[in-house]
Amino acid sequence: MKIAVCIKRVPDTETRVKVGGDGVSIDEAGVKFILNPYDEFAVEEALQRREEGGEVVVVTVGPDAAAETIRTALAMGADRGVLLKTDKIPADALAIAKALAAELKDGGYDLILFGKIAVDDYNHSVGTMTAELLGMPCVSAAVKLTVDGRRLTAEREVEGGIEVMECEVPAVITCDKGLNNPRYPALKGIMAAKKKPIETKPAALGAVRLTLKTLGLPPERKEGRIVGEGVAAIPELLRLLRQEAKVL
Amino acid sequence: MANVLAVIEQKDGTVKKSGREVIAVAKQIAGSLGGSVDALTLDASGAAALAASVTAHVKQGGYAAVVLAASSTGKDLGPRLAVRLDAPLLMDVTAIGVDGGRITASRPVYAGKAIQQIVADAPLTIVAIRPNTFTADTGEVKTSAASAATGSSTVKEVKAGGQGVLDVGEASIVVSGGRGMKGPEHFHLIEDLAKAFGNAAVGASRAVVDAGWRPHGEQVGQTGKTVSPQLYIAVGISGAIQHLAGMRTAKVIVAINKDRDAPIFKVADYGIVGDAFEIVPRLTEEVRKLRAEH
Ligand SMILES: Cc1cc2nc3c(=O)[nH]c(=O)nc-3n(C[C@H](O)[C@H](O)[C@H](O)COP(=O)(O)OP(=O)(O)OC[C@H]3O[C@@H](n4cnc5c(N)ncnc54)[C@H](O)[C@@H]3O)c2cc1C
Ligand SMILES: Nc1ncnc2c1ncn2[C@@H]1O[C@H](COP(=O)(O)O)[C@@H](O)[C@H]1O
Repeated sequence: MKIAVCIKRVPDTETRVKVGGDGVSIDEAGVKFILNPYDEFAVEEALQRREEGGEVVVVTVGPDAAAETIRTALAMGADRGVLLKTDKIPADALAIAKALAAELKDGGYDLILFGKIAVDDYNHSVGTMTAELLGMPCVSAAVKLTVDGRRLTAEREVEGGIEVMECEVPAVITCDKGLNNPRYPALKGIMAAKKKPIETKPAALGAVRLTLKTLGLPPERKEGRIVGEGVAAIPELLRLLRQEAKVL
Repeated sequence: MANVLAVIEQKDGTVKKSGREVIAVAKQIAGSLGGSVDALTLDASGAAALAASVTAHVKQGGYAAVVLAASSTGKDLGPRLAVRLDAPLLMDVTAIGVDGGRITASRPVYAGKAIQQIVADAPLTIVAIRPNTFTADTGEVKTSAASAATGSSTVKEVKAGGQGVLDVGEASIVVSGGRGMKGPEHFHLIEDLAKAFGNAAVGASRAVVDAGWRPHGEQVGQTGKTVSPQLYIAVGISGAIQHLAGMRTAKVIVAINKDRDAPIFKVADYGIVGDAFEIVPRLTEEVRKLRAEH
């Protein structure tokens, strides 16, 4: 199987967000960047499905520093990387999807894997958009995947149930938590990754039609209040929920 | 054209609450643009099969905006419409406006640690709104139904998650349990409390989902669901930043934890310090009584 995995460089989930000087992006000083956690599921899935003679290619749209993110995926075991370079990743998911589709369209991939969502912009879009641009079937937010010959079956969690989806490969899957347990890169993998090829070329972004106006911090929640200790605090809690918060 | 199409989900012939919220937002946008609202109902799931029909409808109606819910169907349908209509998509929007004829939206990013204000510059914009965030509209609108075609991927089956089980993302009250519950055999305490409220769903921290105590669908947080219920009750959950990411927009947060210094108390409107195994059963009893009185 020839498999492509689209990965994104994102700030670590522990990051305390501060707004940068431009007012629309985060202050990157001291921020650690990681491989998007959902993309780890995608890389792991690709590695488990790569057969003898198969190949796993990781592709990212991002700045020079995204080469490090590619190295992480290579250290997990991917074979080579493609960095579609842009100094600034646009806010418009469709513009990113167009750059990825342009790169992937003639690649002859059997499967193209994405994360369900990028934990920075929360678009939940790029994978499904890329599939549509490529005219490939897509199952988004998959928690289970089986491929039997050309027939692909995937499960996705929906409100109050599980949807069992079917399509044919080549297909696009966006990966949700639950699909697998991503491996940690071992020292051997990290060493091997240094020698694996990364090709860099400019990203052919689509038109950007969404512009950031401001980035702000959410309203602070009121400082927490401890109502009391143990079962004795229950009547007061219920009174507050009914009379003060009015949620009961 | 300044008209807006509301794409609304139905279940068993009834418009879902999210659909009423979609209509409200569509009306707001249409009001600012000086247009009117049409509604298109989706009966089936399976975005691939619905995309063609919705696309045709939008093209025919010449709309300035399409509004849908950022539900599991909407999150799959929105990106497909964006490509087919070559329109920008605003995903998981929590506030909307129109500024100089252009649609502007607020959306939580970085797991809700920041809010982005974003402007669309296109003749047609697709807006997917976060469920449970906007006030539902109760008025009437002109509706027609989308038809499901044979898509490139098809829904073979929907396995229901049990009768009457409310989804954590849709419920107005969520009771979540964490590692403080000590084991899966104690989660009936959480389930009982949820049942006592009548309209509550059960949630979980990642620690207990990873341990296999609870299903993935219940996980709240950065790598789980984002919920904005009226009331969120965290039991035996420490309040890690990744958990807070999923529930900090709840209207009211209650925490029950035996550790007075647990970070969850920093965001909890009301906290009780103590043993969940003593407090939760009593709370369940009191809630039952309260509801019986009303
Ligand atoms: C990339 C990434 C993504 C993540 N995504 C998520 C996510 O989506 N959701 C999520 O929840 N976590 C997520 N996490 C994990 C998160 O960091 C925490 O590890 C997790 O939330 C802890 O779960 P917990 O609060 O149940 O357990 P703990 O942190 O172990 O807390 C247990 C709590 O129970 C209390 N307790 C113990 N006994 C009792 C008792 N008898 N009565 C009352 N209280 C008691 C303790 O005081 C403690 O505060 C993520 C982590 C990473 C790195
Ligand atoms: N800049 C990017 N480069 C490569 N892949 C991306 C990029 N942005 C998003 N993706 C992929 O699309 C998925 C969903 O991202 P998003 O739609 O931004 O939430 C991610 O998990 C990645 O797999």
